[in-house]
Amino acid sequence: MMDAFFFYVFALLAVAGAVLTITRRSAVHAAMWLIVSLLGVAGLYLLQKAEFLFAVQIVLYIGGIMMLFLFVIMLVNLDEASRLRQFNKQWWIALAALIAVGAEIAFFLKTGAGSLKLPPPAAAVAGGPGNTELVADVLFSEYLLPFEVASVLLLVAIVGSVMLAKKRI
Amino acid sequence: MLYPITTIHYLVLSAALLLIGTLGVLARRNIFIILMSIELILNAVNINLIAFSHHYGQVHGQVFAIFVITVAVAEAAVGLGIVIALFRNKETVQADEIDLLKW
Repeated sequence: MMDAFFFYVFALLAVAGAVLTITRRSAVHAAMWLIVSLLGVAGLYLLQKAEFLFAVQIVLYIGGIMMLFLFVIMLVNLDEASRLRQFNKQWWIALAALIAVGAEIAFFLKTGAGSLKLPPPAAAVAGGPGNTELVADVLFSEYLLPFEVASVLLLVAIVGSVMLAKKRI
Repeated sequence: MLYPITTIHYLVLSAALLLIGTLGVLARRNIFIILMSIELILNAVNINLIAFSHHYGQVHGQVFAIFVITVAVAEAAVGLGIVIALFRNKETVQADEIDLLKW
């Protein structure tokens, strides 16, 4: 009962934050609502027993990426942008396509929920290793090569963003 | 239907976030909000991965989510760098005013 209550609270946070993110005029307000949405998603991670990702979500997404967004929004003067038209001319095509895709997903979820026959949820092992330990075990053994590739990707991103933000390119 | 929370509930929520994020990418003009909508889409994918990871009682989905977050960080950093360079050259953050490749 309790986890259902928390699921709906966090789901409401996530969806309401997302809707407000894409409808606000000011980019700073949108960033604030995106933080609310990310907090809701972090709560859902906690409900799913992914404690490590919960911490990563808050430290990295909210503390890192969103701060980066806010700094760049500050850097770029947006005063006149919030007074302009906010949606482009094709918004109704986008909405129609979206409704079609939404109906498709709803159909597949409705038929798939019964026919897919997901195996019953695995029972949690009490007293076993914690979530962070399990993630680290898998990450540093089975996914070692992707892990190293990800570090190269981050290096490329650092060099690329420094290059792009330089005075003269 | 509403009460025992199953994996399907998480899938529905993830689909809703994905659609909202896609609408933001397709319909908004402000580049910052387009970038934020991409973050929303990646979060929807992560919810899906975590839901299945929890469902099967394995952590492979969580490892994948970590990689998705890594790619999101790289994308945000490079994307914001591009926005700064673009603003310096064209003095606009409206995506449909940057139409050099359109004819």
